[in-house]
Amino acid sequence: MSAGVIAMEDAGFIIGSYVLTFAVIAGFTWRVLRGGRRLADRIDDDDKYWT
Amino acid sequence: MTPPSPTRATEAPAEQVDGGARSGTGTFATRMFGIATLVTMGWLVAFGLGFSPADRDQEEAVRIMYVHVPTVWLAYLAFTVTAACSGLYLFTKKHSLGFDRFAGASAEIGVVFMALSLATGMLWGKLTWGVYWQWDARLTTTALLFVSYVGYLAVRGLGGSHDQRAKRSAIIGLLAVLEIPLVHWSVRLWRSLHQEATVLNTNGDVDMDGLMLFSLFVGVVAFTLLYVWLLLHRSRVMAMEDQLDDQGLDRAIDARRAEATS
Amino acid sequence: MNRWRIARLIAGKDLRIERRSKVLTNQVLPFAGVTMVMFAFALDASNLLERVAPGLIWLATLFSLLVLVQRSFSIEGEDGALDALRVAGVDPVAVYWGKSIALGVQLAVLEVMLLIAAVLLYGAEVPLGGVVLLLTTLVTATCGLACVGTLYGGLTAGFTGRETLLPLLVLPVVAPVLIGATRAVESALGTGGVALSEGWPWIGLLAVFAVAFGVGGALAFGPLIEEAT
Repeated sequence: MSAGVIAMEDAGFIIGSYVLTFAVIAGFTWRVLRGGRRLADRIDDDDKYWT
Repeated sequence: MTPPSPTRATEAPAEQVDGGARSGTGTFATRMFGIATLVTMGWLVAFGLGFSPADRDQEEAVRIMYVHVPTVWLAYLAFTVTAACSGLYLFTKKHSLGFDRFAGASAEIGVVFMALSLATGMLWGKLTWGVYWQWDARLTTTALLFVSYVGYLAVRGLGGSHDQRAKRSAIIGLLAVLEIPLVHWSVRLWRSLHQEATVLNTNGDVDMDGLMLFSLFVGVVAFTLLYVWLLLHRSRVMAMEDQLDDQGLDRAIDARRAEATS
Repeated sequence: MNRWRIARLIAGKDLRIERRSKVLTNQVLPFAGVTMVMFAFALDASNLLERVAPGLIWLATLFSLLVLVQRSFSIEGEDGALDALRVAGVDPVAVYWGKSIALGVQLAVLEVMLLIAAVLLYGAEVPLGGVVLLLTTLVTATCGLACVGTLYGGLTAGFTGRETLLPLLVLPVVAPVLIGATRAVESALGTGGVALSEGWPWIGLLAVFAVAFGVGGALAFGPLIEEAT
């Protein structure tokens, strides 16, 4: 079987696992960044050790 | 962008002038890590779903490996860092809360990715073994490990001062190091009693050629970069959460003082 | 006073409280007994019950362990007794050993009762040759469970929500005891034709578990209760 052609019965599982993985990563990343943005407004820049 | 809160409306424009205030927890270094993560993730999809060949035994199902194995790697890396930072917190003189926050941030990332790896592992198992779950040592240990770290995060949320939280969770983080080998040992002894019929290639190991190995390598690199990026951001968010807690406490104490003197 | 004497005093104190309050005999033992009856309702087949009796004994023990640990630390928390001990400079290692011993004694009573219940209700049989293995299993498993229970009980003592947190923390940790003790009792009772000699490797596991958490718990307990205010 040539690369890129995925057997039909497995395609759902394979694509599904990729979609699931990247969806969870995106969701978690978004939560972390949003939390950071929200809190950063309420804290002085002097208190942020990374700036 | 979140609108500035009403009480801070007068100060907000001044903060906006300085670019750093608006970007939350990002710095030049994290942006570089972020870009590198995105690029390698793109590669991972291209190699995992496109360029890499199908396996002789597992055929196309082997493609799940390129996201599953790096996810497991990230989770175990995260838990190792949690244990190491717990130890550093406890056994250094300074008892720096920075170590505690790294341990906590790392555990949180680890729990998310361990859940993900259990899910993708089940999908892979359904294709290669024909069942979602098998009671083998690796899977069972991983599941128990996942529950243990959910407990670790619950202990972090118990309350009390930051130092109390840090000490308590550091001890739990180190006890997990004691627990994991015992759990793994017992489950392996347990499973060795049962000889079960093998469906395809039971242990999930793959006879890998160069391109497959390279795809897997790309995945591991991409997920390691992602881990570093997430860890930096999450620990900074935690630092700000702690800071706000302290500020809230200070304000409450000031309010009580004002009440007492008036 | 040396460590061992303090530990014995604390264990004696805990057991005396239990004897007077009768919580073990009036609440925990009946709870364990009713669990055994419930298992029989769930697994409605007498030959199956005999087959799974060793596992059910240990499951009932684990559930009761959670109840006993809550109890062991609620008697300390009520009037700040744990803090008083700490402030008075009592060696935390001795407190840990003392509370573990008291918990272990209660667990042992419970396990013997559950074993009798399994014989009476599930038709399990105890062959004479298996008695030594059975007793060794009971002792080593009880030591491990008591050490883990006291450690995590001390950790969650004095916090709201500990009733729900304790099972989440303790159950994954004691999974090796459930596996090991169940297999050892199976071979002691000869359940499903398991040979007697197959039980002894599990004793090794249980002993390592008990020693690891005995030592780890003694080291960790001091710092843990130091700040549990």
